[in-house]
Amino acid sequence: MTAETDAFLEVKNATRSYGGVKALDNCSIKISEGKITGLIGPNGSGKTTLFNAITGYESIEGGDVYFRGQSITGKTPEQIFALGIGRTFQLTKIFARMTVMENMFIATQRKEGWLRSVIRPAGSSEELDRAVEILKFVGLLKLAESPAGSLSYGQRKLLELAYILIADPTLLLLDEPAGGVNLSLIKELGDHIRYLNSLGKTFLIVEHNMDFVLTLCHEVNVMSSGSVFMTGKPEQVRSDPRVLDAYLGIDDFEEEIVVP
Amino acid sequence: MSLVNPTKSTKRIGLLLAVIVLVAFPLIFNNPTVTTIATYCVMYMAIATAWNSFSGFTGYVSLGHAIFFGTGAYTLSLISTGLNMSGGFPVFALVPVAGIAAGALAIPIGFVALRTKRHTFVVITIAAFFIFQLLAENLGFTKGSEGVTLAPGGFAASDYNNPFYYASAVILILTVFLVWHIKRSRFGLQLFAIRDEESRARSLGVKVDRVKLVSFVLSAIPVGMIGAIWAYFIGQIYPQFAFAASFDVTVALMCFFGGLGTLAGPVFGALVLEALQRYLVLSLTIQNLYLIIYGLLFLAVIVLLPEGVLPSIKKQISKRLLPTGADVSFNSPDSATSGIPQASAANKEPVKEGKAL
Repeated sequence: MTAETDAFLEVKNATRSYGGVKALDNCSIKISEGKITGLIGPNGSGKTTLFNAITGYESIEGGDVYFRGQSITGKTPEQIFALGIGRTFQLTKIFARMTVMENMFIATQRKEGWLRSVIRPAGSSEELDRAVEILKFVGLLKLAESPAGSLSYGQRKLLELAYILIADPTLLLLDEPAGGVNLSLIKELGDHIRYLNSLGKTFLIVEHNMDFVLTLCHEVNVMSSGSVFMTGKPEQVRSDPRVLDAYLGIDDFEEEIVVP
Repeated sequence: MSLVNPTKSTKRIGLLLAVIVLVAFPLIFNNPTVTTIATYCVMYMAIATAWNSFSGFTGYVSLGHAIFFGTGAYTLSLISTGLNMSGGFPVFALVPVAGIAAGALAIPIGFVALRTKRHTFVVITIAAFFIFQLLAENLGFTKGSEGVTLAPGGFAASDYNNPFYYASAVILILTVFLVWHIKRSRFGLQLFAIRDEESRARSLGVKVDRVKLVSFVLSAIPVGMIGAIWAYFIGQIYPQFAFAASFDVTVALMCFFGGLGTLAGPVFGALVLEALQRYLVLSLTIQNLYLIIYGLLFLAVIVLLPEGVLPSIKKQISKRLLPTGADVSFNSPDSATSGIPQASAANKEPVKEGKAL
């Protein structure tokens, strides 16, 4: 963690357990503004639970989450989204029976009374322009009129990213953006993320594809058994023996048996 | 984008023709049997359109809209008898009052029922329906199972049905107009988003609870107004008919048959099924044969045309008319993307699109 930047997003000592399993165990993480931060760790190490805790999908039993210095602990997903934190899901959540373009208008935040919202057509011309621009950016414009349910797995991931971008979040949490995505397009996805980052967007990315994470991210956090045990530059993470241990060492199943 | 439809002028002509047919029908066919059937058809077209605007758009299947039909019927009946109104056109002035009563009642019912998940919602609406049927049977002011007899309309016998037909037609046109607006509005998109991924829609800032409740109430109002016209039309109402158990199943079938969630589907479904039912009752004089036919039809629709008749026809037409490969909307994504020229992005980096991700 670089000392010169204030924490943009910070999780302090978060704890969350399911039955006897501690999905988050005194977990702390700091994200710097304007950086691409990676979060890696073996399956079951608590990465998605941490995402859920940050974005309000799951409550935490102990600890706090701060965004831009304000506590966002216990806020609902919509409140957190309204603050400018957008996320994607490991299993994408798109609006399958609506067209790709219609998906783009769901997250637009327009202030208007319900009566106006019932009568006025969806999508102002500015919103439409913006949606077109974003769809062009992720390469889905040609499919704008197709039902979102007809998209392939990778395209759904792009659509999920696209419809979040319309609300212009400052922090994007991506849960396995490259998972299941065709190898040659992973690079392109990385380019998209770098470009958005160059526009000032901060990223936190959970990913299993080590090459992808280590080449893309400015810094990487490694989780194991519900907490972040190391943070460093990609090259430090790459050469740290503890990281290898976390992946290849004690299996979660064994650990559960060992811990009384 | 979809808001700009290339066949807009064709649609307008079709709509105009439909309105002309709707207005001219009783003037051309003045046989009372035919106009009776037509009046029921128009009533159910409006009801199905309204029901669809909530259940079809949100995916929350309501089997309790008979509550609003019955409430509308009783509102008009009780007020008109209470005021000793002597029939004629003034009674129709109570139709909007019945709509307001139904809408007002929908607020608490929706508030409670919509807190549940989809499947529970169905059960809650059925339960609420039976509560209201029982109330109508047992409360003093509804006159229980004796029912309420209204003052006769007093219209000329030769075209007695026409006032009821046109009153229903007005409600139908207003309802279709409202639902058309909803469908293309931001509110409509939010309803569809709730249908597809409710929790995700909520997290993207859609005020899910409010949107669902508003939609529920809006769908109840036309149903209440038609209930009122119906009560005046038949002249005497009883709890088991005003609050009929088969009401919502019938309306749901009309929507499923025509095309759930579409604008024309429920209108078409109601037209075909209501006409069929009335015809069967009149010609075969077997009262409940239609229920068996409805059951079989329901199965057939679910199995063979899960999207409904109109969307299936539309799909067939667009398949025939468009050369293979050009129809991106209905092909599988992989085949749809191949052959599409690559779009270059507005930003500095070129973005490829041709490959399936």
